[in-house]
Amino acid sequence: MQKETPVLDERQLGRVLARISHEISERNAGAKNLVVVGIQTRGAHLARRMAKLLSELEGLKVPVGEMDITFYRDDIETRPDRPVVKKTHIPFSIDEKIVILVDDVLFTGRTVRAALDELIDFGRPRAVQLAVLVDRGHRELPIRADYVGKNIPTSQSQEVIVRVKEADRQDSVSLTDKKRARR
Amino acid sequence: MKKFPYKHLLGLEGLTREEIEFVLDTAVTFKEVLERPIKKVPTLRGLTIVNLFYEASTRTRISFELAQKRLSADTVNFTPSSSSVKKGETLRDTVRNLEAMKIDMVVVRHASSGVPYFLTQCLESSIINAGDGAHEHPTQGLLDLYTIREKYGKVEGLRVVIVGDIKHSRVARSNIWGLKAMGASVAVCGPSTLLPVEMEKMGVEVYTDLNKALWGADVVNVLRLQLERMERGFLPTLREYSRLFGITKERLALLNKNYTIMHPGPINRGVEITPEVADSPESVILAQVTNGVAVRMAVLYLLSGQQEEAVA
Repeated sequence: MQKETPVLDERQLGRVLARISHEISERNAGAKNLVVVGIQTRGAHLARRMAKLLSELEGLKVPVGEMDITFYRDDIETRPDRPVVKKTHIPFSIDEKIVILVDDVLFTGRTVRAALDELIDFGRPRAVQLAVLVDRGHRELPIRADYVGKNIPTSQSQEVIVRVKEADRQDSVSLTDKKRARR
Repeated sequence: MKKFPYKHLLGLEGLTREEIEFVLDTAVTFKEVLERPIKKVPTLRGLTIVNLFYEASTRTRISFELAQKRLSADTVNFTPSSSSVKKGETLRDTVRNLEAMKIDMVVVRHASSGVPYFLTQCLESSIINAGDGAHEHPTQGLLDLYTIREKYGKVEGLRVVIVGDIKHSRVARSNIWGLKAMGASVAVCGPSTLLPVEMEKMGVEVYTDLNKALWGADVVNVLRLQLERMERGFLPTLREYSRLFGITKERLALLNKNYTIMHPGPINRGVEITPEVADSPESVILAQVTNGVAVRMAVLYLLSGQQEEAVA
C-alpha cells in the first residue's frame, strides 16, 4: 500500500459538496431548469449526492443521470484493455436544460471532452457547466471547471485518490506519490 | 476480466464461461446505446472492416453492418457474384488484395467449414466467423445466449432443446459449445438422417422422438430445415417432417412453465414451426435479432483491442 497524504476527510468532503450545490443554485438563480449528469463511476455517485442537495435546497426534484464515456475516448485504439463499460442512464431529455456535468477529478480534460461529445448525442442542452471535486491541473485541452471543490497542485507522477462511501465505504480525497494501476 | 484475449472469433468451442460472460456483459452496454436518440458511438472510428459474404444472408450481414456503422467503423461489403471471383480469382488472392487496401477486420461467411481459420493463416487482420459450412456461427450462438440470459437472468441449470436439422447446422454447434460452457443442459432432436453420428460426444442428449425431447425443457431452439444443403434422401417428405418434428401449439404443453421459443431465422413457416407458435408471446425470435446487433458490436469492440498485438 502506497503512503497517502490526506487532503479531505468525510466532513470536509461533505462541506465541499454543500458549497458547490449552493454555488450552482446561486449562479443559476435556483434549480428550475437544472439536470445533473455524473461521469462513471465516482462522478456518478457525487452527482446523485449533488442532485439531492440541490433538491433539498430548492424544494424541487432535480433529475440525475449517469454516463460512461468509454465509447467516446480518444485513446481506445491504443489501449489494449477492454473493461466492461458501466451504465449510461439519462432518463430525461436534456434539450434546453442546464446540465451540471460532474466528475471526481479534473486532470487532462480528455474525459470531459469525451463526456461533452457523448452528452451532445443525447440532445441540445441550453448550457453545460462542469463541477469537479478536485482540480489537479495538467490540462491538455482548453477545458475548465465552473465549480471546483478543491484545487490541488500536483506533479504528473502523483495520483489523486477519491473515495466515496457508495463504492469505497468511505468519503475521502488523498494524494499518493507513485501511480497505482488505473482504476 | 479486463481484456478479451483473442484476436479472432472463429467459434465458441474452447471459450470459457468467464470469456462468454464478458462478451455478454459488454453487449448489455451496447444494447443501451441502441436505445439512445443517436444510436451511434465513435468507438471504432478509423477502423476498416470488410464483410466477405460468400453465402446469402439477410440478418447476419445487415446485423454486422449495422453494428459496424453504429461503432463508426468504415465498412466495405463484398459479394462474390459481382466480383472477380467470377473471373476465377482464388479466395486467398481475393483476401490478400483486400488486405493490401489497408483493412483491419474481416467478417466472413462461407459454405466451407474452416475458411475463417484459413484466412487467419494468410492475413494480418482480425477474422470474425459469420458462419462457415456446418462448423460454427459464433455470433449467433452468443446472441442466443444473450437472449436466454436476458429472459431468465442466467443460463446455468436451464434445459435447452435444439430441434431439427442438426447435421447441417453451424448454429447448433455454436449453441451447444456456448450452452455447455455456461452450464445449461442441452438436448438435440431430429430425424436420424439429420443427426450426425457420435453427437453424444459433445455432451448432449440425443433424441429422435420430439415429445420425449421437449418434456421438461425451458428453451426450444428451432432450426431451419436447410433445404439448400440437402442432397436427396434425407427426408421422405416435408409434410412428414413437419408432422414429426414441427413445433406446434399442442406440443408446447410438454415444456416447463415460462418456456421460450427461439429460431435463428429465416423461418420456413409451417415446416419446422407453425406460424401460431412463431408469433406467440413466448417466441423471442425478434428479440434475438435486436440482440444480435448489440452482441456483434461487443465482439467488434472487444476484438479491436487486439490491434496493437497484431503489429508486435
